[in-house]
Amino acid sequence: MSNTDPGETERYRSKALEGVNLLEFCWALAGPFIGIYFAANGATVVRIESTRRPDPARLAVPYKDGIPGINRSAIFAYQNANKYSIAVDLRHRRAMEVVTRLVSWADIVTENFAPGRMEEMGLSYEKLRKIKDDIIFVRVSIMGQTGPQSRLPGFGIGASAVAGITELVGWPERTPSTPVAGYCDVILPRFGTAIALAALDYKRRTGKGQVIDIAQNDATAQFLAPTILDYTVNRRIATRRGNQSPYAVPHNAYRCAGDDRWCVISICTDQEWQDLCRVINEPELAAKPGFITFVERKKQETEIDRLIQDWTINFSAEQVASSLQEAGVSAGVVENAEDLLHDPHLGRFIRHLEHKEIGTTPNMGQAFTFARQEAQPAMPSPLLGEHTEYVCREFLRMSDEEFIELLTAGVFE
Amino acid sequence: MEAVKKMRLLDSPRVLDLTDEEGYLCGKILADLGADVIKVEKPGGDLGRRRGPFYKDIPHPEKSLFWFAFNVNKRGITLDIETKDGCALFKKLAQTADFVIESFPPGYMDGIGLGYSLISSVRPEIIMTSITPFGQNGPHKDWKGSDIVGMATGGFMFMVGDLDKSPMRISVDQASLHACSEGAVASLIAYYERQRKGLGQYIDVSIQASVVPTTLRAIPHWEIGKGLIRRSGPYRAGIREGGQLMRNQWPCKDGTVTYVIWGGATGARSNQALVEWMREEGFATDFLNGMDWANFDAGAVSDETLQRLEEPIGRFFLVHTKAELFKRALEKRIQLYPVYNIEEFVDSPQQKSREFWVSVEHPELNDIIIYPGAFAKSSEVALETYRRAPLIGEHNIAVYGDELGLSHDELITLKEAGVI
Repeated sequence: MSNTDPGETERYRSKALEGVNLLEFCWALAGPFIGIYFAANGATVVRIESTRRPDPARLAVPYKDGIPGINRSAIFAYQNANKYSIAVDLRHRRAMEVVTRLVSWADIVTENFAPGRMEEMGLSYEKLRKIKDDIIFVRVSIMGQTGPQSRLPGFGIGASAVAGITELVGWPERTPSTPVAGYCDVILPRFGTAIALAALDYKRRTGKGQVIDIAQNDATAQFLAPTILDYTVNRRIATRRGNQSPYAVPHNAYRCAGDDRWCVISICTDQEWQDLCRVINEPELAAKPGFITFVERKKQETEIDRLIQDWTINFSAEQVASSLQEAGVSAGVVENAEDLLHDPHLGRFIRHLEHKEIGTTPNMGQAFTFARQEAQPAMPSPLLGEHTEYVCREFLRMSDEEFIELLTAGVFE
Repeated sequence: MEAVKKMRLLDSPRVLDLTDEEGYLCGKILADLGADVIKVEKPGGDLGRRRGPFYKDIPHPEKSLFWFAFNVNKRGITLDIETKDGCALFKKLAQTADFVIESFPPGYMDGIGLGYSLISSVRPEIIMTSITPFGQNGPHKDWKGSDIVGMATGGFMFMVGDLDKSPMRISVDQASLHACSEGAVASLIAYYERQRKGLGQYIDVSIQASVVPTTLRAIPHWEIGKGLIRRSGPYRAGIREGGQLMRNQWPCKDGTVTYVIWGGATGARSNQALVEWMREEGFATDFLNGMDWANFDAGAVSDETLQRLEEPIGRFFLVHTKAELFKRALEKRIQLYPVYNIEEFVDSPQQKSREFWVSVEHPELNDIIIYPGAFAKSSEVALETYRRAPLIGEHNIAVYGDELGLSHDELITLKEAGVI
């Protein structure tokens, strides 16, 4: 149905959002990830950056060849493809001249500083509106722009804690495990991008802009909605329970042959259970009293896990997953980063681009493909301030005199 | 209920939602933004209605809290799209629609005559979004998915859990929710283009690929740094090569708090404020008092230094409750967060002051249920929870009769034939 050639999407990006201009006052993860969706689909995305307070992602290890440098972080390079970077000293008395021009150019402004920081810089929504009446201002934070705890700074790991995710990871008798530190940083951007796109449609119909306040707490709650209702209705407080599931058994990760190799298996129906028993050479187990119904099997979960593990340990994780899937059983390899890079289904989502300073780097992609797309070449993540002059001349239409005057005055870093 | 048409962010584009429990959230996001989402169920109701938890723990197709949570703001009709009449009726409906969302196995929609090429031949501007475990193409496209399979094959689990035990998922299903929100983004990108150029689109969303972004730094870390980031329980992975890991989940008097000893400018202010508080209570060691936080590099810290940092901080947290620690953290802007359970999250003053939770009436249950509210606040149009999830076939008459113009007799015939 969708026959997009993976080789083509690796190097090209869509033009679906061509004509949309987005100005990004963002750093770390959640804010820049919104820009990624726009940039990957043809919008023009300009990051305002600073050498004095660089994006922490630019300082995140690993650096290419282990040599530190503001343009050498593989992490920053991974997550900012197709964006332009302009370096402005926001403390400069004439910085506002440039910011004003950028805001006038933009349809959308995104920011994810600690709440209050934009106001301190003189960039409240009211101020932005005076510059451009129909601006769409997307404000990303952990706790939201209002409320007694709004000003607490932090990263996604804090959102995982307060929004109830961390409590749900690990073993009940142990300290919870950290869900990858920025788990909630991945949840928010999809909601943030969806509402920004809806706001563009609203502007098309009404001519009106708006400010959007999106909090990691509020976005993460959407991913816990049934669990929250289980509390508000039934007063049940969910907790972590290893890999167990209320509606599947067995349901776990099993050690396979090799170093730290694992395969997951989940069984919901009696048919799948019988198929599993056949594959692991225990066909009589399917008919054994105490293992026939779901309720019985749930009571025997530890024993079942042991029997399965005794079988999986003899085979590679790939063999286990394939033989079970061929028998109609839901299973999959616990993939590490190397596996992901070689997974035949993921190649088209992880693009390799030629970064100007550190060479070929992987770039995070989107998890979808369009069947029909007008393509254009993709750009690697920008060097800090790489496009200062380009942005001023091409997007802001500054004259030579204006640009040189601001440059000489020290507005650009 | 339908009387006054309120202004919403989206101008009521119509969505036909054919998804199963792996796809409900996608349409729900579009509904929250103002789309007219019609959930199309099999006669008798979706299997997703059998998914718990249930209202007052009573398993019943009209009492699934899972169904309620992800189908709120949608309307609902029943239709057997596998019958000839049902298929024809769906095509008729599709001519009134802007989006179709589905999560059947690859090839199923083509097989029953409702694939993208067939629907787009009657409605060229349709945007069709498919959500499947591994995508529409590739050697594993027909493999069976599940939450744990998505979290494993998308790379999340390898990085999560205690090192002496197996890789770990989150105890509540997550994988397909990533794909649903990704699908909502993709659908709206296509919609933006359609509004300008009039072109439809087909979108192939993979649950596996949707989980990959949760691996964050793992892929560049492997390719550029040549290291695998492994699960490390309550510690922080991938920052220090070899040696002791840095703790980021800390036991306290009544539970757990999250605190990361960030390096550089990111952590200087927070670490300093924490040490000042510890000093007041006699917990700051000479070593802590002498720390130069501005130049602290979390990636280069020695095992010995780490030990001398973590030991007194750990002792300090153990004698304080989550509430005490969080109160002071807020005052001093220390980047410390309590690990809340669902009850604490629901009751948190922050969520309450933002009026996040909303009451939704369920007249059939003679009850009002508290739901999570809008995922974002707009200054122009409030994202409201304006309709509880539909009952089985609740809007059959409104949709088939009032809007599509089928007669009463036709409706009865279709019902008797088991089509609706």
